[in-house]
Amino acid sequence: MTFRVHVRVIPRAGLLDPQGQAVEHALGVLGFAGVSEVRVGKAIELGVDAPNAAAAEATARAMCERLLANPVTEDFVIAVEG
Amino acid sequence: MARIAVVRFPGSNCETETLAAITRAGGQATLLDYRETSIGHADAVILPGGFSYGDYLRSGAIARFAPIMDAVRAHAEAGGGVIGICNGFQILCEAHLLPGALLPNAPRRFAARPVDVRIERTDTICTGDYTAGEVIRIPVAHGEGRYTADAATLDALEAEGRVVLRYVPVAGTDLPFNPNGADRDIAGICNATGTVVGFMPHPERLADDAIGGDAGHRFFTSLVSRLAAGAAA
Repeated sequence: MTFRVHVRVIPRAGLLDPQGQAVEHALGVLGFAGVSEVRVGKAIELGVDAPNAAAAEATARAMCERLLANPVTEDFVIAVEG
Repeated sequence: MARIAVVRFPGSNCETETLAAITRAGGQATLLDYRETSIGHADAVILPGGFSYGDYLRSGAIARFAPIMDAVRAHAEAGGGVIGICNGFQILCEAHLLPGALLPNAPRRFAARPVDVRIERTDTICTGDYTAGEVIRIPVAHGEGRYTADAATLDALEAEGRVVLRYVPVAGTDLPFNPNGADRDIAGICNATGTVVGFMPHPERLADDAIGGDAGHRFFTSLVSRLAAGAAA
């Protein structure tokens, strides 16, 4: 069956994230107080054909390691629907 | 004659200047389509600047898997010359032909201006005609040029003399000289043998006095003479 897979890719903790900084600054300008440690990553949604959820997750992990995330600078989180 | 192929990916935009710079340096320049699977008779390959695949996902992340890249990798691993300029450097890092990665510029702006870089190593495939320690002024044009790697990798690069170009302060000013916040002011690196080299600045954009200077010309004369000597066959 086809599983809906959600991949979140996030700049690794400790690495400067200029996009997150810019968003944090803009939120402050808009009056949202008390916002800190904003980080901007990517959300990737996939339909993955697999016999079960564990297999779909394993496939998505391989995709992250090869292409979707850069192991030098990014971490990823995988969630499989259903 | 030194034969040098310049790969054009969808979104490359510096291939024409790069071909012209090779020709002006006395090399035989050929354009190589990214869909090819062989580099033909080329002695060296240059991955030019631009925005391959629209920088989708990450700069260089998709170009790394283009059909031509298996042949580029094989050439590099056989000791052949491979140079990545700007987006080409990003592609070489994504392909793990060079260590580390290039992140969005720390100052949150696209950097398009001249920078001063010091030639840290002259026994690479494309820096032999410079003097060690020489400072040249050439342009950068990138949004994602902040070189980074883990501390152990950075220490190894320094210890092994694999930093080829480094941003240095501009004499007479205290302006920010590192345009992107790169770790240790690194502008370019190479592999252990100096035959795979990647850097962010664009020497091909300043390789002819007719357009305002030729500080970058010697990257190409260095490459041509090195290939002619067969030192990087």
